[in-house]
Amino acid sequence: MTLILAEMAYWQETSIRLLVGLAAVLLPAGTLVYLFLFKMMSFMQSRLGPMEAGPYGSMQLLAEVGKFLQKEDLVPRAADRIVFKLAPFVVLISTFLLVLVIPAGPDLWFIDVDTGIFLALAVSSISVIGILMAGWASASKYSLMGALRATGQLIAYELPLVLAVVGVVIQAGTLNVQNIVMAQATGEIFGYGGIGNPFIFTQFVGFAIFLIAVQAELTQPPFDMPVAESELVTGYLTEYSGLRFLMFFIGEFATAGIFSALAATLFLGGWYVPGLDPTDGLFNVIGPAVLFAKMLLVAFLIFWFRFTYPRFREDQLQKLAWKVLIPLSLINIVITGVLKVVF
Amino acid sequence: MTEEETAAPEADAARDALVATLTEALGDNLVASEVKAGVDLWVRVTSQAWVETAQVLRNQCGMKYFNFLSVIDWLPSPFGRDMDAQVDQPDPVEPGEMTWGITGGQTRFQMLARLHDPVNHVGINIKADLDDDQPTIDSWITVYPGANWHEREAAEMFGVHFTGHPNLTKLYLPGAFEGNPMRKDFPLLARRVKPWPGLVDVEPLPGEDDDETEAS
Amino acid sequence: MNKATDTQQLAYIAGQAADARVNLEIETEGMTLNIGPQHPATHGTLRIIVKLDGEQVIAAEPMMGYMHRGYEKLTEVRTYPQVTALINRIDWLGSFANEVPFIQAAENLMEVEAPPRAQWIRTALFEMSRIANVVLFLGDMGVQLGAVTPVFFAFRDREFILNQIEAVTGGRFHPNFNRIGGLKDDLPKGWIEETRGVLGRIQNFCDEIETLVAGNEIFQARTRGIGIIPADMGLAYGLSGANIRSSGVDWDIRRDGGIGLVHNELDWKVWTHPDGDSYARFWVRLQEVRESCIMIEQILDGIPAGPVMAKVPRIIKVPAGESYVETENPLGVMGYYIVSQGDLTPFRVKIRSASFNNVSITPWLLKGVYVPDVVSILASLYFILGDIDR
Repeated sequence: MTLILAEMAYWQETSIRLLVGLAAVLLPAGTLVYLFLFKMMSFMQSRLGPMEAGPYGSMQLLAEVGKFLQKEDLVPRAADRIVFKLAPFVVLISTFLLVLVIPAGPDLWFIDVDTGIFLALAVSSISVIGILMAGWASASKYSLMGALRATGQLIAYELPLVLAVVGVVIQAGTLNVQNIVMAQATGEIFGYGGIGNPFIFTQFVGFAIFLIAVQAELTQPPFDMPVAESELVTGYLTEYSGLRFLMFFIGEFATAGIFSALAATLFLGGWYVPGLDPTDGLFNVIGPAVLFAKMLLVAFLIFWFRFTYPRFREDQLQKLAWKVLIPLSLINIVITGVLKVVF
Repeated sequence: MTEEETAAPEADAARDALVATLTEALGDNLVASEVKAGVDLWVRVTSQAWVETAQVLRNQCGMKYFNFLSVIDWLPSPFGRDMDAQVDQPDPVEPGEMTWGITGGQTRFQMLARLHDPVNHVGINIKADLDDDQPTIDSWITVYPGANWHEREAAEMFGVHFTGHPNLTKLYLPGAFEGNPMRKDFPLLARRVKPWPGLVDVEPLPGEDDDETEAS
Repeated sequence: MNKATDTQQLAYIAGQAADARVNLEIETEGMTLNIGPQHPATHGTLRIIVKLDGEQVIAAEPMMGYMHRGYEKLTEVRTYPQVTALINRIDWLGSFANEVPFIQAAENLMEVEAPPRAQWIRTALFEMSRIANVVLFLGDMGVQLGAVTPVFFAFRDREFILNQIEAVTGGRFHPNFNRIGGLKDDLPKGWIEETRGVLGRIQNFCDEIETLVAGNEIFQARTRGIGIIPADMGLAYGLSGANIRSSGVDWDIRRDGGIGLVHNELDWKVWTHPDGDSYARFWVRLQEVRESCIMIEQILDGIPAGPVMAKVPRIIKVPAGESYVETENPLGVMGYYIVSQGDLTPFRVKIRSASFNNVSITPWLLKGVYVPDVVSILASLYFILGDIDR
């Protein structure tokens, strides 16, 4: 992208970036909702899911968006109006910032910074502020409890998320996401370089911890206490309706997609396909598709858990984070470090 | 049914023993008792001995299980209750004589409670007469905590006051509701507004001819 | 409340409060949370007012009456056959079972006995309504804990049972099929064979639920040791059905003195569990569905031939008297105390419904638990609003 954009005027470049960024957020979100939430979940529950709108219900998404747009934009009387209206945007901003660092080809990226992965993990925490704003401003006890739970949960799981990535960073020797992909593409497993070295083989523990932590970050079952439908109605979303609810919804699923893409980039080799030269210009064309496919693979795992498991209790969730995941990821780091020195 | 018959004499012995224990513990406060062989047992006690009866039954007779507690209003309904009537009587009539059921009675309101022995599988129905004007009786909560809601229900539906109940507020009815709906002299408004058509549309029973429909 | 249970309660609360000790040292203000009447966890319109300290419940008080329909009053102006149409709606998931004790109490007073074939078919449908009811609980328990999938399996397989009930009675939810002295109709042709197939499906469903829900680690972590009801406490509050059997009380009316149904001629087992927690209640109900399948299987083999209706008068007037009959319904003990004065209508009917007693323990039980456990405990007690409010 950078190459193409180099010859363009600033306004052209910016609008193309905007459009691509919008697509990079909305396309995975829409795909995940249709593929997993509508269809896979239905099949798991021995039903068909949406079938009427479009062939095989594929236009259902548009119908849903249309439905949400028609709904009244309600604000509770006791709510803090400004904060209440602002909260969904804060959550969405976090999502959009997150997509920046993920490369989709050797020359396809939004920004190429040396602290890329660090930036991604930092901006992913912004959504907590949005959730807290939503919960507090709703002036509803359910919302408040949901927001407090979400905050406690996201703080607890931010740590294993970062620590799980540290193993990858040690192995790749860089924080730059593009270089991490390159390290996997050019790496070797015991001298065999045929499939590169996707870090999932060496960092399997890291991958598992990363997925669990992502599940918690996304507040999906078994970690969905902040929205726990049977307890808190829908937690911090309780008072939202119409477009603002839709924004939270998009934020949730887009974040799921982007975290899946991030996991695919860090552990599955990103846009790279084994057997080809990673510097080949071909990857600028097929790279996005490869990344998308790998993202769907990871997202499948995430949603599989989502539809199967019951949810933890708040204290059990904290115990899992502090007593299991964090020690485990620390051990993983130590072992990775030792092996890095030895080999 | 055969097992029921073989078990009957044994159960009767158990029920007779229960009555004997109660007679010994309560003395004159046990007004009447009736044992239906192999089926059930009824006792009537004075309202003063209401709590004592529960204590004796729970501590000495193994009646650990609290089944239910309610009230019977023996006043015949002033609005008529025969479904033969083609139209409902527009005005309440003077209620007829009261007739009491098993173990008799003297007053309009009668407590009705049932306990059960979950080990020997014997149940007991306990009745107690209440004062007509100011129906008041001691609460069973100290003996059976489960009586709490039953007493609240009885209080709002029949206007019985339970002494010693910590929270005798309305259970089902809205807070401002006046009256005691389950009393016989409380009109069932649905029936007052729209008269009941009477006994019509009786389906023919199997093996019976349809020409016997003169009753409707 | 005697001393032993008092100490048990204190120990229980202390255990629950252990993690929240910090809150006791810092001055915090309680929060009152209104759960319901419109809330996903209340199966209707139960409203529970809980006072919270953080996530911990200090006091809980259920408020009822949002669905009170005054059945006890209404029965006084209905003829006996009309009453069954009303009481069908008490526990609307196991309607057939609601009719049975009332009809039996009336039969007792009239000294009529249903013919053997009617009794056997009654027992079969009684157990089928138990399956239809409890299967939904098995799925719903998952939903209350956040697992969305099991409930769809429950709805899927309950459908087959409902179809079989419909094939006999003509009604899926409210059969109104019992008559004083027997049943309205005989079984349709081919029903017995079809039902066998359905029972196989239900058994499969039970296996599925056992691995998918009961075997799940998170489910166990959420339910084991949560909401413990000591046997003494349960008896004093009048808990019944699986709720009391899961506290180790071996008492099932179907086995111990049930009248009019043929459970005593079948080979089955009463399941109990020593723990008394939410998991035990779930587990016992799961086993009961399996037992019901076993029972129906035997009934299908053994239904005697003969009429389904005894000789009863054209217009039913029940002789004066009093009778109480209770049966082991899906939700617990359900009984009707009928006072008759020889009229077409009952003089007074006291409806003893299971859920009313089962839920009355909640103010005691919910003290000291966390908000998520409120939901799981309520779900495991398994109540139906119509059965509480009547």
